[in-house]
Amino acid sequence: MSEKYKTVAYYPGCALEGTGHGYNRSTKAVGRKLGLDLIEIPNWNCCGAMEVKNIDPELQNYLSARNLAIVAEKMNVDTVMAPCNGCYHNLKKVEHDIAKKPKTQEVVDRLSQKAGHATYQAGEVETIHALDWIKEAIGEEGIRERVKNSLKGLKIANYYGCMYTRPRNIFPEKDQGEGSESTHNPHYMDDLLRAAGAEIVDYPLKTACCGGAHTLADSDTSTKLVLNLLQTAEDCGADVIATECPTCHSGLEMHQIRAEKEHGIKTSVKMLYFTQLLGLALGLSSRKLGIHENVSDASGLLKERGLA
Amino acid sequence: MPIHEKSLIRPEDLTEHEQLEIDGVDVSGHWSTFIETRVVSDYNERMEEEIAALPGGEYIHRCFQCSSCTNVCTVNDLNPDFNPRYWIYLARMGFEKELLRDKDLLWQCVSCHKCTHVCPRDVAPEGVMKAMATWAELKGHTEVKPAAAFDAEFTEQIVATGKIEEGRIIRGFFKRTGQPLNQPWLREMSLRLARRLPILMGLKMALAAVFRPRTRDWDKSRAAITEYIAEREDANRRALNLD
Repeated sequence: MSEKYKTVAYYPGCALEGTGHGYNRSTKAVGRKLGLDLIEIPNWNCCGAMEVKNIDPELQNYLSARNLAIVAEKMNVDTVMAPCNGCYHNLKKVEHDIAKKPKTQEVVDRLSQKAGHATYQAGEVETIHALDWIKEAIGEEGIRERVKNSLKGLKIANYYGCMYTRPRNIFPEKDQGEGSESTHNPHYMDDLLRAAGAEIVDYPLKTACCGGAHTLADSDTSTKLVLNLLQTAEDCGADVIATECPTCHSGLEMHQIRAEKEHGIKTSVKMLYFTQLLGLALGLSSRKLGIHENVSDASGLLKERGLA
Repeated sequence: MPIHEKSLIRPEDLTEHEQLEIDGVDVSGHWSTFIETRVVSDYNERMEEEIAALPGGEYIHRCFQCSSCTNVCTVNDLNPDFNPRYWIYLARMGFEKELLRDKDLLWQCVSCHKCTHVCPRDVAPEGVMKAMATWAELKGHTEVKPAAAFDAEFTEQIVATGKIEEGRIIRGFFKRTGQPLNQPWLREMSLRLARRLPILMGLKMALAAVFRPRTRDWDKSRAAITEYIAEREDANRRALNLD
């Protein structure tokens, strides 16, 4: 096990305290099981998701900068880990903007000063996703060694969504050749779940959009996009769609039901957070992983496969 | 590469003669399709500036019309009339009236960032789409669209407490847009969740609805943000010569 990322600041974000609670629970449980330490950022605030930027992009940057400033000033760690794609994206975004745009630094400084807390300077904290965290700190070999209950025979389509890879300029560490994550064909989730024994199906929509930003504002569009994701996963032979973002996950769950209720189109593929799947392979109980907190009920499938 | 532009000539700008002979050649029907000549004189010369001044629009001037954005666009794939490249062209040319024909589509960008990812000129077209929707709303061409109502609800909750609570967002959004909360699919979702959710977790969620999650000592941040938003809103209105 590498010492890198053994202890990280943890930024769960709002969704992981609500509909994404299963993701929160499973991330913490998997971390504990793997001997990794998560220290929650004290008194964090919302990152503004995909909404505040439409009021003002620099205000959205301030929200993330405040969280990074707490890590830099008050925590004895240099890395913050965010499991939510939206939070992760926004932390990456302010890191990029503050280094490149004087206006961002100016607004962040001004608002931080008025709010009476430390400001944030580029490069003080490194932001990573939960996928980077497990991939770097434990790796595929480390997962293979620790598997107690192999996911063998479970066919998984990995769904990465939008915010984990786009736009490329805010993720300078991606697309850096062998070993690094790819923005056009991300594979970290494939690598980890394959190491846990799962069969990863070739899923062409791994970075397609679920319409999450408009999941309520334009539900017809979201339902169409989600239905395409679900049906394609089924066509690819997947039993499960593995997710890494609470907005994607609950979007898939909500619009699977909406497609059924409003259009009479039923799909049966189940959604599980990748941390829930990893946790099962590591021998954690489905209760500890919050699988019962998902709307998508995978309990039957998991029992049938001897996984729960 | 798919052809996205076939629909861009408006039917009213096309003329077709049912019976027409030119120099002894029969060109009746679609053989005689002509595009009407037109002279545009009602430009909005400040249109690019106006959109550039609004949140997200600042790099519109960089566009060189390669259409990478439209080619990868998630929404264009569902509706070919949603055409970022074309709209950026219209805005830069000052063709306000032409853009307004699509005014009720502008808000539908789902922020997938595919356009910003591929744009070779760093226009950030996703932001430009948001700026255009804001522009149409501020100028009174459209009502407040559902996406803007959602953004406002979300932002207000963060300003108030530093955090959002999803149940409150759903209730607030449906109230703002005058929709009944009792949607069959939302009801079904709550039912399915309730069936399996342990009582403690259910209780916790109910409590979150009453005692809102909040960031401690948020007062000074709230004051700073409130002042900043007011300042930005003033600047937006000034840029559009409103008031």
